Amino acid sequence: MTTTLPTQSERKKFSPPSIPWVVTFVYLIAMLLVPTIALILKAATLSPQRIWEIATSPVALSAYDVTFVTALFAGSINGLAGLIIAWVLVRYDFPFKRILDSLLDLPFALPTAVAGLTLATVYSENGWIGSLFAPFGIKIAFTRLGVFVAMLFISLPFVVRTVQPVLQESEREIEEAAWALGASQWQTFWRVVLPPIMPAVLTGVALGFARAVGEYGSVVIVASNLPFKDLIAPVLIFQRLEEYDYAGATVIGTVMLLISLLMLLAINLLQAWGRRYGN
Amino acid sequence: MVTDNLVDRPQQLPAPTPAPVDRSSKLEKLAKPLLIGFVILYLTLVLFIPALNVFVQAFSGGISGFLNTFHERTFLNALRLTLLMAVISVPLNTVFGLCAAWAIARNKKFPGRTLLISIIDLPFSVSPVVAGLMIVLLYGRNGWFGPLLEANNIKIIFAVPGMVLATIFVSLPFVAREVLPVLEEIGTEQEEAAKTLGANGWQTFWRVTLPSIRWGLLYGVLLTNARAMGEFGAIAVVSGNITGKTQTLPLFVEEAYKQYQTQSAYTAAVLLACLAIVTMVAKAILEQKTGTKNQAGH
Repeated sequence: MTTTLPTQSERKKFSPPSIPWVVTFVYLIAMLLVPTIALILKAATLSPQRIWEIATSPVALSAYDVTFVTALFAGSINGLAGLIIAWVLVRYDFPFKRILDSLLDLPFALPTAVAGLTLATVYSENGWIGSLFAPFGIKIAFTRLGVFVAMLFISLPFVVRTVQPVLQESEREIEEAAWALGASQWQTFWRVVLPPIMPAVLTGVALGFARAVGEYGSVVIVASNLPFKDLIAPVLIFQRLEEYDYAGATVIGTVMLLISLLMLLAINLLQAWGRRYGN
Repeated sequence: MVTDNLVDRPQQLPAPTPAPVDRSSKLEKLAKPLLIGFVILYLTLVLFIPALNVFVQAFSGGISGFLNTFHERTFLNALRLTLLMAVISVPLNTVFGLCAAWAIARNKKFPGRTLLISIIDLPFSVSPVVAGLMIVLLYGRNGWFGPLLEANNIKIIFAVPGMVLATIFVSLPFVAREVLPVLEEIGTEQEEAAKTLGANGWQTFWRVTLPSIRWGLLYGVLLTNARAMGEFGAIAVVSGNITGKTQTLPLFVEEAYKQYQTQSAYTAAVLLACLAIVTMVAKAILEQKTGTKNQAGH
């Protein structure tokens, strides 16, 4: 082996030792798959009527509403804001741009408990920002708006980070061609700049939405966690477990898991769409 | 305004194009300051003020108030437990991440490749509370392994092992996700050359592969570490949040806040925020390093 050069066919057969494969599969099965299957099978031991009853109980429905609708709002607002932030970072120069760019990763790196703590303080009635809204009768912390702000915080970087590289690679010549052909700047943006970055924007929104839907740490601190008011589904699961209501926790947990899987599928499809644009 | 914009970044223009017919309206002239202003306002409200507040609150009682928390036994226990989570789960997830990234990058075509990558991504989209729930359903009293564990007097839920399992679950994808693209980019030529020259698999990995993926690997390890130390939801579910026993720093933050011990909560929060800052600074440095490397390569 050491003295002879491998032939073409031997080189094609070049494969890593099987240890990485064994480690990958054993670890994934033990750490991810068995727990996931345990949840699904546990849910399957319940009768369909019972599952339906728990999954569509009024408390659960209101929790889905708070979770998904608020996350959708947060994701969409960050879709728009993230697009503008990415645009500004790629196209304009201004002082402290690099620091600003680095700081955008804060929601990825900052533990969610810290985010919740500081948002609850800042957006409370006598907090720095909350006190600006209080005179208008707008309460943010410990209401659904607080949930929204927490979701806004944790899903902020996704769109920026998915759009930035695509925008960097987009060719300025095409925009110039559009201008030269008489398109207004608005038309150029709408018809030339936006379509290629749209998959990246949607991927970012989907990632941010998925993250916001599953978020627990920051929301549980910034919200009052009252049913029918600002209780999100992950907190509901937590409360069910605290009451030793395993059936309730399992069913709502399974609903959340299935939605996560759907989101994962959607994100994969969006990324595939983006790659097609990339070529 | 249009030409102005182009002059700003001459390096992106192969040749100066003749200025287009002046179509710039007042709106376009305003676009740059307006957009930059919006970005700064938005980030200030959502990001910067909350971040700044952590430090202001922590030191509002002066340095002594901050340091007093370090005498609390529950705080020190939480700190110790947080470090323990990272010490156990980061090496395990690093070894797994390297193996998985290598297996996937070096086998371009095998059935279920995309599926495998999606499975590794699963913890990113599953709610941490659901992750914790899974571990409870598996190792808890009524769980699959519950009777077996109870018979052997092994405690996993409401104890450190369960917290470690939860931490591993939520921080599992980072190393694999950071290393995989780097491995795909460097290709196999060098590894094959090493093999041809007589290196065995281990030598090839240690001397050829590892040096070229080291920055991606390091960043993956840092992200794993940040998540392992900062995890809240999954650990809250499996730990039972027993003060002084199964309480990590993030759980301590919540508990102290609920008990109106604002100073203690913010002291712990500052430590966790410093962890985040270290992670972000390291990322900026690593990006610069790999960025320059990429440019040299092209």
